[in-house]
Amino acid sequence: MSTKKQKITVAVTGLNNIDSPGPGIPVIRALKESTAFEVRIIGLSYETLEPGLYMHDLVDKSYQIPMPSVGTQPLLERLHYIHQQEKLDVIIPNFDAELHNFIKVADILKNAYNIATFLPTQKQFESRHKSVLYEFGKENGVKVPFAKMVFSPNDIYQLGSEFTYPVAVKGKYYDAQIASTPEQAVNYFYKISAKWGLPVIIQEFVSGNEVNVTAVGDGEGNCMGAVPMRKLYITDKGKAWAGISLADEKLVEIAQTVIANSKWKGGCELEFIKSKDGEYYLLEMNPRFPAWVYLAVGCGQNHPEALVKMALGKKVKPFKDYEVGKMFIRYSYDQIVNLSEFEKISTTGEL
Amino acid sequence: MAKISYERPVITKLNTGTMNKFGTRTEFAPVTHIDGVSVKKLIADYGSPCFVISERTIRNTYRNAVRAFKTRYPKVQFAWSYKTNYLNAVCNVFHQEGSWAEVVSIFEYEKALRNGVAGEKIIFNGPDKSEEDLIKAVENNSLIHIDHSDELYMLVEVLGKIKKKARVAIRVNMDTGVYPMWDRFGFNYENGTAWATINKIFAHPELELVGLHCHIGTYMLTAHAYSVATSKLCDLAINVKYRYGKNIEYLDLGGGFASANTLKGSYLQGGDIIPTMDDYAEAITSTILNYGFKMDELPTLFLETGRALIDDAGYLLGSVIAIKRLSDGRRATIMDFGVNLLFTSFWYNHRISPAQEISSQTEDMVLYGPLCMNIDVVRESINLPLLNKGDQVVVHRVGAYNMTQWMQFIQMRPRIVMIGMDGTPHVIREKESLDTMLRYERLPEHLEKIG
Amino acid sequence: MRTEVRTTANMNINKNIAISETGFVFNPLTGDSFNTNRVGQEILRQLQKGASIDDLYKHLTDTFSVDKATAEKDLADFFMVLKSYQILIEV
Repeated sequence: MSTKKQKITVAVTGLNNIDSPGPGIPVIRALKESTAFEVRIIGLSYETLEPGLYMHDLVDKSYQIPMPSVGTQPLLERLHYIHQQEKLDVIIPNFDAELHNFIKVADILKNAYNIATFLPTQKQFESRHKSVLYEFGKENGVKVPFAKMVFSPNDIYQLGSEFTYPVAVKGKYYDAQIASTPEQAVNYFYKISAKWGLPVIIQEFVSGNEVNVTAVGDGEGNCMGAVPMRKLYITDKGKAWAGISLADEKLVEIAQTVIANSKWKGGCELEFIKSKDGEYYLLEMNPRFPAWVYLAVGCGQNHPEALVKMALGKKVKPFKDYEVGKMFIRYSYDQIVNLSEFEKISTTGEL
Repeated sequence: MAKISYERPVITKLNTGTMNKFGTRTEFAPVTHIDGVSVKKLIADYGSPCFVISERTIRNTYRNAVRAFKTRYPKVQFAWSYKTNYLNAVCNVFHQEGSWAEVVSIFEYEKALRNGVAGEKIIFNGPDKSEEDLIKAVENNSLIHIDHSDELYMLVEVLGKIKKKARVAIRVNMDTGVYPMWDRFGFNYENGTAWATINKIFAHPELELVGLHCHIGTYMLTAHAYSVATSKLCDLAINVKYRYGKNIEYLDLGGGFASANTLKGSYLQGGDIIPTMDDYAEAITSTILNYGFKMDELPTLFLETGRALIDDAGYLLGSVIAIKRLSDGRRATIMDFGVNLLFTSFWYNHRISPAQEISSQTEDMVLYGPLCMNIDVVRESINLPLLNKGDQVVVHRVGAYNMTQWMQFIQMRPRIVMIGMDGTPHVIREKESLDTMLRYERLPEHLEKIG
Repeated sequence: MRTEVRTTANMNINKNIAISETGFVFNPLTGDSFNTNRVGQEILRQLQKGASIDDLYKHLTDTFSVDKATAEKDLADFFMVLKSYQILIEV
């Protein structure tokens, strides 16, 4: 093809390509395969052992950034420094826990540095929180298992007849456990709240098959792409090890409805349970691409590329088709790394 | 040859904790001045520890709050929540700015009177009002916010005795979608108790129902809860109008607006997650404006927010007494202030800044207070620059509750200094002494001599 | 082959400890890595050269603006940490 690709620099977080992987590396692979852009990738990491830091064929340069818990001011200052070195065009954050801060600084990044993001609004971000997902479902026309927030172990004992066990015990950002008794639920409450704070969510347990959709919305009610997938093999952490794209029109339709009604902006993952009688229940809506987003690329829908195009203000046509029956099979790989590289990222915060 | 400047040797294991140091420099930037006054000088002149209040910050914060509400709604009146900080100097800054007084005990009530607040500009809240307290409030024509039916019956009785009328409101509690629900104060909306109480009040001509009050919680992280609360008060007000033809003069939405302090257990920084004053104002005022009152019958909006107006203006200055290492290897730093002065450290992770130039090195530590008492832990784990004995620190956002809930335990309470608008520090509360304490002690004669 | 250098009456430092200019310290015995500041680097290097406690005090007070009492107190604390990280080994 004769048209020259546009050169851009994109910063990506979530380089933790571990056994419970972050979406960073799959997003980067998708961008590297873009037909529209020639992308220089800047990795943003929180830890020094995130495998992506050392994948130099995918990540051109990396920087450590401050943990979300220290607030937006240190984040802005660090991004200011990184931008001075790298001239960033787009940032794609990939962690749930960091999104609040990135949404908060999105306007500043755009106005002060002309760095584009393509994130949901604060309101959208909050509306799909696990703690209020039940209401989100009611507003956006999708079934959600009944759920309640709990703030103390006592709250769990007082749930009484509102729930029948087993129930799902979920953290604000991550973690989900199935508890068969109130005692077990309390046990998980302690573990989960210690890590992710309060509240903890108790959710009605619906049995059936889990089916997921990776999708991207334009913020105006259009679903630009959606690929449904069923996990074929699940790790002990509940993450997909292998999965296959499905020809489930009803599921795609539900995903499109949710994105249209909520005017979702950006990438997202919708996790459903398809019950035995064929009903779909939304279990979670993750406000960023899933780690298996590369399957969508494999099926013919490059969602990360579409997101970057929209972030840069380009017109994008919604994807119509995808290949059904494509599989992804994850594998782990031991990189050999010199201590000097670890030293460099540890002491200078750059690699 | 000049010697290299020294810093205590430290070695930290990599990749063990959650923090990485890149980008966190601002958090540790030294705070050497408050409103242009040197921290070093403040400590030299007034001692360590010492509370400092910025008059400028109070006025700016207050004016911003007034702007947020008055640009959206025509009739707004703030009432300073005495319990949040009842130092006279602080109260009078608010009163000068136009704030009324909101009190929850006869002690606070009399303090407000002595500060020169007119009786009719005092809101008397709270569950504890005695017969004498009520008489005083009635005689001063203050607004009595009834908390429970025992108070209502006592007030009716008192009014019968002194043959006077009282201007009253009831406190209403309700479900606003925020839990745990504050239902221990006032009358419940959902179960009809609030409406039944209103009916009782109208059965007594000596009681004039002028307002409706609620206070839905504290440190509210969602402005939406205030829309719910406002619409429930509006519902009661409209029903009063419909049934009795009486216009409710004011709706008092209480307080509970969050300050930028970070709550313990919160993953994100307080300043990044709290609603702005404009968010709260929008939620409340748009609800009233859209509720269906006639324009000339709009109730006045009363606000009793305390924390959000004073927290930022307060600082605690202190010094390092000692550093040591615990048996498990953790660094411990002992400060000259503890939970005796920093009561809010039970629920906040305060921002703490060094008051002098520092190196880039930081370490994790436990922060202890000076009390010889195991509970005196200011912070279980905090990452701070290397501190040495005698180094000074500034604790931020301590203006709310610390100077009222502090305790004289083991240590005397220190001076409180207010930096005026022109940058002059004024002592607004002296430090306590042995005499302060002994003034209230009485020794039986047979115990006067010990030898 | 001797891999430890005697530092005090009963403490040896692992000779193979790698210390870089950036303050990065690697302990090949345990596989742990550390970060240390300027004074920490100086102490470790002196220990590797076989400096005695008295040599260390002198070196620190000669090189840095610090008095002996402070150096003594800080060194005692630092040694405790080094011991817990198995950089110093009791014999």
